[in-house]
Amino acid sequence: MPEPLARILSLDVVPWMVLLLPLGGFVVLALFGDWIRRDREEAGAGVLACATVGLAFGLSVFWALKLWSLPRGEGGLALYAPAFSKGAEGAVLPLEWIGAGGLRIPFALLLDQLSAVMALVVTGVGSLIHVYSLGYMAHDEDRVRYFSYLNLFTFFMLLLVMGGSLPLMFVGWEGVGLCSYLLIGFWFRKKSASDAGLKAFIVNRVGDVGLILGTILIFNVFGTVDLKDLADNAGALAPEALGRFGPATVACLLLFLGACGKSAQIPLHVWLPDAMEGPTPVSALIHAATMVTAGVYMVSRLGPLFERSATAMTVVAVVGTATALMAATIAVVQTDIKRVLAYSTISQLGYMFLACGVGAFGVAIFHLYTHAFFKALLFLGAGSVIHAMGGEQDMRKMGGLRAKIPWTFGTFVVGTAAIAGIPYLSGYFSKDEILAWALDSGRTGLFVVALATAILTAFYMSRLLFLTFLGRFRGGQEAEHHVHESPWVMLVPLIVLAAGSALAGYVNVTEAVAPAFRKPFDHPDAAPWLHLFAYVLPFLGILPAYYLYVALPEVRERLLAPLRPLTRILEAKWFFDDLYNGFVRRVVLRGSEAVLWRVADARIIDGTLDGGARLVEALAGRVRVVQTGFVRAYVLLILGGAVALIGYLLWS
Amino acid sequence: MIDAILFYVFAALALGSALVVIGQRHAIYSAFALIVTLCSLSAIYGLLGSPFIAVLQLVVYAGAIMVLFLFVIMLLNVGREEREGGERSGLKIAAGILTGVLLLQAGAVLLQAVVAPAPGFDASTHKMAQDLFSPRYLYAFEATSILILASIVGAVALAKKDL
Amino acid sequence: MAPDFIPHALLLSLALFSVGLLGVFLRRNIITVLMCVELMLNGVNLAFVAFSRAQGTLEGQVLVFFVLVVAAAEAAVGLAIVIAIHRHKDTLDVDAFNLLKW
Repeated sequence: MPEPLARILSLDVVPWMVLLLPLGGFVVLALFGDWIRRDREEAGAGVLACATVGLAFGLSVFWALKLWSLPRGEGGLALYAPAFSKGAEGAVLPLEWIGAGGLRIPFALLLDQLSAVMALVVTGVGSLIHVYSLGYMAHDEDRVRYFSYLNLFTFFMLLLVMGGSLPLMFVGWEGVGLCSYLLIGFWFRKKSASDAGLKAFIVNRVGDVGLILGTILIFNVFGTVDLKDLADNAGALAPEALGRFGPATVACLLLFLGACGKSAQIPLHVWLPDAMEGPTPVSALIHAATMVTAGVYMVSRLGPLFERSATAMTVVAVVGTATALMAATIAVVQTDIKRVLAYSTISQLGYMFLACGVGAFGVAIFHLYTHAFFKALLFLGAGSVIHAMGGEQDMRKMGGLRAKIPWTFGTFVVGTAAIAGIPYLSGYFSKDEILAWALDSGRTGLFVVALATAILTAFYMSRLLFLTFLGRFRGGQEAEHHVHESPWVMLVPLIVLAAGSALAGYVNVTEAVAPAFRKPFDHPDAAPWLHLFAYVLPFLGILPAYYLYVALPEVRERLLAPLRPLTRILEAKWFFDDLYNGFVRRVVLRGSEAVLWRVADARIIDGTLDGGARLVEALAGRVRVVQTGFVRAYVLLILGGAVALIGYLLWS
Repeated sequence: MIDAILFYVFAALALGSALVVIGQRHAIYSAFALIVTLCSLSAIYGLLGSPFIAVLQLVVYAGAIMVLFLFVIMLLNVGREEREGGERSGLKIAAGILTGVLLLQAGAVLLQAVVAPAPGFDASTHKMAQDLFSPRYLYAFEATSILILASIVGAVALAKKDL
Repeated sequence: MAPDFIPHALLLSLALFSVGLLGVFLRRNIITVLMCVELMLNGVNLAFVAFSRAQGTLEGQVLVFFVLVVAAAEAAVGLAIVIAIHRHKDTLDVDAFNLLKW
């Protein structure tokens, strides 16, 4: 191909195009929003938004194919030195962003296999959700704003996964946080929605403190914030023993705090269920497939660093597992279809962190990839259900929708099967890997909990399926007449995602991203019984759900009565929200008022300023007596000064 | 030899009329005494071999500045000055002491100076002109002419009846 | 002919300066005070000329020239101010103008 075209389509330039296309979409929609609304071209605006992300996806595929066709070195690891890590000479854009003393941060991207995979996920699932939104938001007045935010989000997410240094990644991090706030509170006239947006942003912020402190600490210890450098040179650090809080440990823990905020792990998980106030496609994109996975991406990216600290790895694994279990338990008692999926997301993220914690970063990314498919599918399917129900989200008012919305039902079944771990679907492969690694790591406790959580997952997802689609319709006559299948614009993405959920597992993502971690992730030679058990596992959850919700519902009442105290805890979401609420109200608000306002501000700061002014006043009052207005006195003083000066000069 | 005698004569004259300046009650007499002082100083400048400065002193100081003083004194019809009581005696005593100290200090310095007259001293107008218009002092020279212009304008503006 | 009374000239200049200085304190009439200031300037001029003669360079003379010019300008403006303030208070007593006190 001609030379300029070859240069444009090279590995150095294509990723930049992928990154900047959605930004372009946002700028156009933001600038011309008023004209679009005036001319009633909202449909066109939506198509434009889809086009930018779709085109970005196409370019990502092109990029990925080129990347994986490069020659391989020893160990099967592809040889590719990303050209942009340090704004090297000859690179297209060696722009320096921050240059202060020893800190040099260029506008550089890190473009290796991991970022390629993430970009594929973001743009791929993103474009499907954009298309779906064309149908879902077709009647919303503000859809231009919606699409502009979606594009902006895509840009920031791509920046996050492609950024070459921690600060640049952080820009993307904050950007997706912003877009999350904007999109959760999209229907801002509804108080619960705007509250939810605020909650998300604020809880994220708490985590970001950790991220920022971690970045500073890393710069202090390593002298660099470049991601490639950190990964390369992490090996130079001696591994820190468990229990010792060396710099690597502290930095990793701080960074993990940031990841907990973004990826909704304990204790910063509370925002995700509330985030369901946003439009369902938003929940699908941001709170299932992409933004919440940013924490997993970050921890994986810095995997070589985390591996240096046994303490940090343990913390990550334990928190991940605990979160997975806790979220799964809460999901069992939820009645809102989206809330179940929200808690399911939290739970699955916990699995990814468990994988990270035992050193299987590639496997975590693999689960991230499969999860993106089936979770997006489940959310979009739920959106289809809600659309059919005319806005109703309470599962107690659903039932028997199987016959009425068959396509939605069919794809939803595939999604549920995938997440439950039905053999040979995508979820099965990734979950199996995680369990194998967990068992192999020697942490049997975590393994058992993970196993239990897997069973619970199958249980509550089947419960959701059965309650929504099987049995008799419980929503009343009017609603029943309203139920109709969604338009093709919404169904096609569902079908595509269903195909993905089924088949994605056959792409060996783990092996594909291994070069980014500089080590292969060979499947551990775990106990063979696990393999066989994995065939049985999902049914251990599905069958009880079937009996309790379909076959013998009466048994459910009798079974639940003695469990009342437990269900009360679960319904209260393990009291996290109450705890935080009480803390904020009692400690933060009252403490601020009593201490910071009354004492620090009024007394100390104002007092110092007033006191200073009063001191000056007093001194000036004494001094001003010199000004008598009497010229001869002034001359005398001048003379006196001159004499003194001359005397000093003479005697020194 | 005769130079020395002339010098002492003029020096005494200068000092005497200086004392008259500060001693006389009436302002106009002080002005006249000051003119005498200035003229004697002009003579001394001449004796010290600086004809240019001597004439300048006469023309500018005695001829212009003092005329201006006289003019203003007569314009304002300044009368006899009242004898001051002992109200400000503290000031005067302090002034006297400090002046005395200054005298001692300056005297100590001046008397240590090397004061042998240098040979080949040429302060004729020709030489002065050469120096004044040399690049070294030319800028200052021109600047002072601007200064004078400014003072003229300022004086007129300040003394106007209706500002 | 080389003058040997240069040190005496210096003493004279010192005397003139002190006389002028005392005059500033002793006299109450503004115009007289201004004249005493002129006296001080003249004392300094004499010192400059004397030193110039002693050193053999013309720098002292040039400086005297400038002092002269500036004294002229200063006298002009000073007297203009005196006229202006006389118009206000109709007195020329130094102590009468004390509005710039605290």
